[in-house]
Amino acid sequence: MATTFFINGRSTTLDADPSMPLLWAIREVAGLHGTKFGCGMALCGACTVHIDGQATRSCVTPLSTVAGRHVTTIEGLQSRQAKAVQAAWIHLQVPQCGYCQSGQIMSAAALLEKNATPSDADIDAAMSGNICRCATYPRIRAAIHAAAQAAKA
Amino acid sequence: MSTANFPLKPARRAFLKSAGAAAATALTIGFEWPAARRAYALEGTANSIAPFAPNAFVRIGADNSITIISKHIEMGQGAYTGLATVLAEELDADWAQVRVESAPADATRYANLAFGKIQGTGGSSAIANSWPQLRDAGGKARAMLMSAASLEWHVPVSELTVDKGVIYHAAGKRRSSFGALVKTAATLPVPETVRLKDPKDFKLIGHLPSRVDVPAKCDGTALFTIDVVMPGMLVALLKRAPRFGGTVKSFDGTATSKVPGVVKVVQVPRGVAVIAKNFWAAKLGRDALTVEWDETKAEKRGSAQLMQEYRRLAEQPALPARKQGDARKAIGEAARTVSASFEFPYLAHAPMEPLDAVVKLDAKSCEIWAGDQFQTIDQLNAAQTAGLSPAQVSIHTLYAGGSFGRRANTISDYIVEAVSIAKAYGADGTPIKLQWTREDDIHGGLYRPMYFHKLEAGLNAKNELSGWHHVIVGQSIMADTIFAAGIKDGIDSTSVEGAANIGYDIADIAVDLSTTKVGVPVLWWRVVGSSHTTFAVEAFMDEVAHAAGEDPYIFRRRLLEHEPRMKAVLELAAEKAGWSSKPMPKGRGRGIAVCEAFKSYVAQVAEVTVDDAGGIKVDRVVCAVDCGTPVNPDIIKAQMEGGIGFGLSAALYGAITLKDGRIEQSNFNDYRVLRMNEAPKVEVYIVPSTEKPTGVGEPGVAPVGPAVANAVFAATGKRMRVFPFSKDGANS
Repeated sequence: MATTFFINGRSTTLDADPSMPLLWAIREVAGLHGTKFGCGMALCGACTVHIDGQATRSCVTPLSTVAGRHVTTIEGLQSRQAKAVQAAWIHLQVPQCGYCQSGQIMSAAALLEKNATPSDADIDAAMSGNICRCATYPRIRAAIHAAAQAAKA
Repeated sequence: MSTANFPLKPARRAFLKSAGAAAATALTIGFEWPAARRAYALEGTANSIAPFAPNAFVRIGADNSITIISKHIEMGQGAYTGLATVLAEELDADWAQVRVESAPADATRYANLAFGKIQGTGGSSAIANSWPQLRDAGGKARAMLMSAASLEWHVPVSELTVDKGVIYHAAGKRRSSFGALVKTAATLPVPETVRLKDPKDFKLIGHLPSRVDVPAKCDGTALFTIDVVMPGMLVALLKRAPRFGGTVKSFDGTATSKVPGVVKVVQVPRGVAVIAKNFWAAKLGRDALTVEWDETKAEKRGSAQLMQEYRRLAEQPALPARKQGDARKAIGEAARTVSASFEFPYLAHAPMEPLDAVVKLDAKSCEIWAGDQFQTIDQLNAAQTAGLSPAQVSIHTLYAGGSFGRRANTISDYIVEAVSIAKAYGADGTPIKLQWTREDDIHGGLYRPMYFHKLEAGLNAKNELSGWHHVIVGQSIMADTIFAAGIKDGIDSTSVEGAANIGYDIADIAVDLSTTKVGVPVLWWRVVGSSHTTFAVEAFMDEVAHAAGEDPYIFRRRLLEHEPRMKAVLELAAEKAGWSSKPMPKGRGRGIAVCEAFKSYVAQVAEVTVDDAGGIKVDRVVCAVDCGTPVNPDIIKAQMEGGIGFGLSAALYGAITLKDGRIEQSNFNDYRVLRMNEAPKVEVYIVPSTEKPTGVGEPGVAPVGPAVANAVFAATGKRMRVFPFSKDGANS
């Protein structure tokens, strides 16, 4: 069965089991590998994508539920805030193993798109669903603040 | 900015731009493998100049590209960047032109010199064992390029200088990039010896070259095993026994076979595998599978029962790991004694990328793609499973999404599973990706062992520490593995490191070990023995200092007069943290701890707030580290930050527990790890040094647990003696 929706701005029809989690449809059917599998239960955030601008765990989102909607993955980040996030991540050398970082960046970008100057508490609220086993948290926090500054300028 | 090991190839990049193309395209899209690229680079084309590859670690192209070959896996610890920094320093390369490629599995060229003849990564040894080797490799390449310039320009080498990949002859106003000299350099003999730089002339070492892997890890293009796609590739999930030691009695794959996309169900030694066209089909197929297990030989004890047995064993005679003076006598004659015991659960490594491997097996070869940490051992185990010789097994080491020791295991569990599945499928060359789920990972064994520690100390009339007796009870990591030869007189050093070799000056000291046998497979876990021994030693030392009525920092410092490096990090951490005996405001406290691990020294001061319900919030950790010559200060800092977070996960939340032999946890909801809102502020201070570089991946993990426990005591008066602290909180 086919589901039609937008991936990174492009209308896409994927022929796959409609109950297949969006994560696996993105990875194995659309062939976009930046979005990662970490837990399969919306517990770690490695699979975070934006659905109509909302940070969403794709591992528990059935493919059928995104019909007609806009899905953005790490490969399709375009906004000024998102670019600032990626630049800050590089500047502050955030990643270690890097596996969770697509999800971290997607959550951070969604945060900054809604909140131009997040406080530490805002960062805690937006980012505590994203686990980093390498514990790059201090740098993630610093990079979000830096990106907020850069995106404002 | 250089790109890392596996830059996206044009074919895939173009494909990504047209994301949304038909599904079939995605599944047949390939990419160029490192080995293929290497072959391509070495062969060149009819019109190109072959690259200059003076040794196994560097290749310089006519296009000025510098490719440094890493014998160590990049799993987050920064090895690619660190190793490249060392070689590029002696080469005087332009960092912007440096990229890193993974070495093939070949112990003759790429052995870890700390392990002997085995290629592999572990024990925080990547930089330490490569330091002389890569300096030499870089220095010799540089000398040959200079000789080439000298020949081409007819000037003596002594008149040449090198900077950022360019050789200069000032008097003759000549200059040449490395690339232009490649052809001539390749004809020259490799010098026998080369003079290495004076550390004062370092331009990269000790400075901040950016990580080679970071850009690709910020845009989703970094290639992990889970991202490997090949034409015709299938995905397998394995159903394993619910108890360790269980085996398949029978299975019914009828329902599984009806799941669309399921291709085959096969029995292998470690369970029953569902092989499908994609992950989701394999997952649904595995959910539908019915397996009857033979559990006659399975471990059926629970954690509570095991700990009870460990407690009993701690009272029985044990084997000496260290005996100096007469600890029992000293404690017997002491004016006062202090005693305490500590309990540590099993711990899972839980790397963010669940274990995975791609295997392409046919009658004559076995090709493996994995975040492979133990290439030589994995090669042997894969060969044995496949019925091939090790030389017929090739391994492409990819980025690993974390490991913390998990991928360095002597049974090569995930590799052997993948090979056995490919074999059961028919060994017809079909690429098969074995994918573990998070539940597989949490249930998968090879945990940090459970331990029980009992300590007793004596204080003399002057309140000086006069005797120390430490008993450790738990499983051996090395027993029954190829490392078993390392067990001397019944003592597995990984059980007692951090306890038997404490730096404190204590005249009468005994450390005893009681090794247990349990059917739960165990493994090294980041910082290995010191993940529990440092806690026991440092938490207990705090209790002893308190009993002596002395500031715990001052008490430790006096016992470290003969350990200047350990003492120096302790002092640095205390100074930077503003250590003071004065109590903090109500509900807050600070604690200190220090250790030596993998020849590096780390001290940490933690500040905590304890709420009325006993909840512990770690507010700030100040860390001082002496790891010899700091090769990449920013990576050292990152490893301390990460190590602190990893150690906090274990101290505050981590526990794998068994009930009747079954693991009670399954995912990140019940195997809790540190999250953003729980992460403290971290400050790291690096001791300047020109000593040989030592490990940084692991040592930062060890002191944070005891520093926090000691801080909780300062805040509440309650001692945390059972891991994890969340088990009963800090309420007295």
